[in-house]
Amino acid sequence: MLKNSNIIKVISLLVILPFFTTGVARAEELNVKEFILEHLADSYSWHITRWGDREMVVPLPVIVRSREGGWSLFLSSKLDHGAEYKGFSISQEGAYSGKVVERNGRGEVVRPMIDISLTKTSAALIINSIILLLVILPLARWYKTGTMKPTKGFLGAVEMLLVDIQDEVIKVCVGEDYRRFSPYLLTAFFFIFVNNLMGLIPFFPGGANVTGNIAVTFFLAICTFFTVNVFGNKAYWKEILWPDVPVWLKVPAPLMPLIEIFGIFTKPFALTIRLFANIVAGHSIILGLICIIFITSSMGAGMNTGMSVVSIIFTCFMFFVELLVAYIQAYVFTLLSSVFIGLARAKHEAHAH
Amino acid sequence: MSLLVPDTGLLFWMTVSFGIVFFILIKFGFPVITKAVEKRHDYIEHALEEARMAEEKTAVLHSQAQTILQDARSERNKIIDQAQDIKTKMVNEAKEEAEREARHRIERAQAEIETSKHLSIISLKDEITGISVKIAEKVLGQELEDDEKQLALIHRIMNREVVSKV
Repeated sequence: MLKNSNIIKVISLLVILPFFTTGVARAEELNVKEFILEHLADSYSWHITRWGDREMVVPLPVIVRSREGGWSLFLSSKLDHGAEYKGFSISQEGAYSGKVVERNGRGEVVRPMIDISLTKTSAALIINSIILLLVILPLARWYKTGTMKPTKGFLGAVEMLLVDIQDEVIKVCVGEDYRRFSPYLLTAFFFIFVNNLMGLIPFFPGGANVTGNIAVTFFLAICTFFTVNVFGNKAYWKEILWPDVPVWLKVPAPLMPLIEIFGIFTKPFALTIRLFANIVAGHSIILGLICIIFITSSMGAGMNTGMSVVSIIFTCFMFFVELLVAYIQAYVFTLLSSVFIGLARAKHEAHAH
Repeated sequence: MSLLVPDTGLLFWMTVSFGIVFFILIKFGFPVITKAVEKRHDYIEHALEEARMAEEKTAVLHSQAQTILQDARSERNKIIDQAQDIKTKMVNEAKEEAEREARHRIERAQAEIETSKHLSIISLKDEITGISVKIAEKVLGQELEDDEKQLALIHRIMNREVVSKV
């Protein structure tokens, strides 16, 4: 009986819901593409929601160095609605659309020399970093006393994840001296995982598209790139510069070395794009499915109700998929980094082939 | 297209935050945890090994105890058997001894009876002889009371003796 009454509640809610949404959506036609891109992109302020006529926005500090020299630090709320402050404004169109710009001496619109504003993604990055520390450090504190007692509850879950990655990925892929690289690889794993999960929470302080930002994934890939190439052994460099192939492939024209050198850079590139694309795709699909509700609001209550049900079912499904993806992408990044490091550290066994 | 261009400001913040997180975790986080987990892993392995060895030891001890018990049991049975044997032997011996004694006594009693019988017969004979002598005396005394009778007797005897001799 209880189950039935719950179903009735949900259905009645879904019937009522469109009447609210229609009111909102009629006010301005929704541009789906813009809506999605806006949510995926970085911004200078953290827009939470709109409550009636009031926008709920967390202003974030804008930190810029003008081309004329001199640092400026002010809150992003000063630049709301295209306002200008100290010669800075947020460009509404053109190449710098959405970025802070200034007007130089000749009246041209240019980007400031340095723009290290604490944007939405940066702020989320810092929040998530703190969360990450709050997840890992208690576990370290638990073990610092030298206790042999097993961890319980949340710490136990974190430990399970950590030990699993360490034993099944890092130890297997990196090889003998995995201990040297496991702190980096574990940091990368948990960093990506926490950011992925926080990105799935639809409201503040989650919801920022951190790991779906190419700067973030690019940085992580660069870290792996340096680790691989700094700690690569002689065999690794020989394999690149003088690979084990017929001589004519390397002597007059260094065909194979060229390909191998190219390979050094494609690896981090693949890491960058894989993580970025997966997270962006997931967010886009969820946003797109949510948009169905608002798009169909103009097609009448019946249509809208039906499509809302469909949308919510699909969104729920996508959220589950995204939970999986959040883990898988962190896992894959760690796995590939481990494999790359492992290959660069391998004692040359390829000779045997 | 701005989605595909890494933003320098964000790169800066990413470097800062990841750097700090990495530094803190590498200093106070992961090595501590992984070392502790490995230590515990070794400890558990060690404990398991010890438990296994202890189990083996108890199994050995148990089997030893079992054999000792078995030995003790068979020993006990042997002792009981021996005791049984000794008992029967003793009983038999005692029986034989008793029989022998009894026989001996009986024999002695019989011998005694025999002797006493003999003696009594002898004394009886003596008595009878005395009695008969006395009777004879009396008879003879009566017969020899007067001379006639004495002469008659002498004649009778003489007749018998002489006649038989002639």
